[in-house]
Amino acid sequence: MERKIILENNDIEGIRFLDVYRQNGGYQSVEKALKTMTPDEVVSEVKTSGLRGRGGAGFPTGLKWSFIDKKSNNPRYLVCNADESEPGTFKDRYLMERIPHRLLEGMICSSYALGANTAYIYVRGEYKYIVGILNEAIKECYKNGLLGKNILGSHYDLDIYVHCGAGAYICGEETALLESLEGKRGNPRLKPPFPAVKGLYDCPTVVNNVETLANIGWIVNHGGESFAKIGIGKSTGTKLISACGHINKPGVYEIELGFPVEEFLYSEAYCGGIKNGKELKAVIPGGSSVPILPKELILNTLKGEKRLLSYESLADGGFESGSMLGSGGFIVYDEDDCIVRNTYNFSRFYHHESCGQCSPCREGTSWMDSVLYRIENGNGRMKDIDLLVNIASHIEGNTICPLGDASAWPVAAAIRHFRNEFEFHVEHPDIVRNIKHGSILQYTNK
Amino acid sequence: MSDKQFKHKLYVKKNKEVSFTADTLAKIETVISHYPEGQQKSALIPVLQIAQEELGGSLNVDSMDYVAGLLHITPIEVYEVATFYSQFYLEPVGKYVIEVCQTGPCAICGGEDIMHYLEEKLHIKVGETTEDNLFSLKGVECLGACGSAPVMQVNTEFYEFLNIEKIDEIIATLRNTSELTKPESLSWKERLS
Ligand SMILES: Cc1cc2nc3c(=O)[nH]c(=O)nc-3n(C[C@H](O)[C@H](O)[C@H](O)COP(=O)(O)O)c2cc1C
Ligand code: SF4
Ligand code: FES
Repeated sequence: MERKIILENNDIEGIRFLDVYRQNGGYQSVEKALKTMTPDEVVSEVKTSGLRGRGGAGFPTGLKWSFIDKKSNNPRYLVCNADESEPGTFKDRYLMERIPHRLLEGMICSSYALGANTAYIYVRGEYKYIVGILNEAIKECYKNGLLGKNILGSHYDLDIYVHCGAGAYICGEETALLESLEGKRGNPRLKPPFPAVKGLYDCPTVVNNVETLANIGWIVNHGGESFAKIGIGKSTGTKLISACGHINKPGVYEIELGFPVEEFLYSEAYCGGIKNGKELKAVIPGGSSVPILPKELILNTLKGEKRLLSYESLADGGFESGSMLGSGGFIVYDEDDCIVRNTYNFSRFYHHESCGQCSPCREGTSWMDSVLYRIENGNGRMKDIDLLVNIASHIEGNTICPLGDASAWPVAAAIRHFRNEFEFHVEHPDIVRNIKHGSILQYTNK
Repeated sequence: MSDKQFKHKLYVKKNKEVSFTADTLAKIETVISHYPEGQQKSALIPVLQIAQEELGGSLNVDSMDYVAGLLHITPIEVYEVATFYSQFYLEPVGKYVIEVCQTGPCAICGGEDIMHYLEEKLHIKVGETTEDNLFSLKGVECLGACGSAPVMQVNTEFYEFLNIEKIDEIIATLRNTSELTKPESLSWKERLS
């Protein structure tokens, strides 16, 4: 069954513009929330919906909202996290490019629920053109009384501003994002205090992902209970999955949570199978930070159940034999992809992106990068493999922000499931040194 | 110590006069107004972006000091930020900055070859600028377009599903025209709809 919430009406010509969006039912939720509901009622609907954060951690959104410090006299802020820089993830970009008003509609309802009169959208620097699209949409809203003072005659005021970053993966982490928004380096803060108590300018703040906020309009319109009926168990609603790697049809797909991984991979309506008729080797199901799973474990859990695209099913088996839904960045590897090279690539990425505040992360990512480089280039030693596991275990859980964990998990998982490839690299340096990794010829004339 | 020997990212102050046009200053005023009173430092990143654009694509100490003055903050607060974010260039760059994605999903789809090919074609290494100051070549991390790998960005424009012919075409156009060409329309977005 196909179920569209976020990408509903996505195919309609001109849906990017306010008039078309409104003709197709857009902004009804704003009327409903601002005129017929109290802020607490909106929060309560979101709680009932079971909606969980789509930025990676999957934290219940309603619960997060209820932590906002109500005793504080400071202004409150809503910040939309549009930093999207987790490798393999490109869903927020697609959403903002196609239906920017879906996000704004959700933001107006959410700000109202939180009692915020100012909201920011933090867009990563590389998406500069998205800033233009969003500003255009915001301008339309101001013109039509959907933003600014006294929205739709409800006495509620809201301003939304777009803030553009300047290239730093770490600014996706919510506290680093707030630092960056304050005009500083993107160094994550120690928690607690959580942003709901001390966030932007030390005021109560909620940070939510683009996709999370895009769901709020639907929840207000149809009620939390209807939302909770979509999906499976505690994974309610739908999820945008951005599929990439060696598949026939890469792209962004909205699936109802609980959709089987196997069908998603092989069905013509989705990934369309592995490119060039090759065999599947492995999948990283939730962006580069989550553990990689080999073919057997991504299609079925260790218990032999079908693996589903949901928070619970993907995590089934813990890190021994499971992974995470994460951001929904679905990266597919075929039989010819080298797991060692790929692991090295991601280690380089985390080394580059570590903000350098905590020693385990700063030093650990650097060591993993160097050791993996040496193995990948045929200079590795057998004990390097265990050294990597050791370094990873010393980063995990010992850092200020989860980037440390995110750099350690992929390495540990790659060695857990593909140890033979690492051993092969150590045992056959001559072969490894002479491998040509991909050749541009296969990419021409496509 | 001459600039060449002093290999720190921040070059020595040249005491060159920096100033913005009235238009730019007005733009900066608007940006500052997006943040609450007394929080004008929040405008630092956007203002540095404007400054970089105005000043030929990169920042130097003089321009950073000028920005500090505009926002009533200390120069060190500006250097801190300018050295943290990868999109601020502290050394002069070419007119077109070509940024090739190097991260996993692009790498398995030929991103590394794209980089090698560009190095050969432009006769420069990653991180360098061509002699005519037209192109700078950089390796960057995931650009959020992995579904259309391999990908590169030239200034603000995305070029997706790259291959040799496309690169030849893009470079040729950039050499011959003064405007940045729009990327061709076939990308995963169009194919989906
Ligand atoms: C290193 C790191 C990078 C992150 N990057 C992003 C990101 O690009 N986009 C995002 O929405 N959340 C990102 N997050 C998660 C945020 O910290 C935060 O949990 C999220 O924005 C909360 O929104 P949600 O509850 O709606 O998911 C990142 C977290 C970490 C640790
Ligand atoms: S874990 Fe890494 S990225 Fe996060 S705060 Fe520490 S050093 Fe910075
Ligand atoms: S990995 Fe290249 S765009 Fe994401």
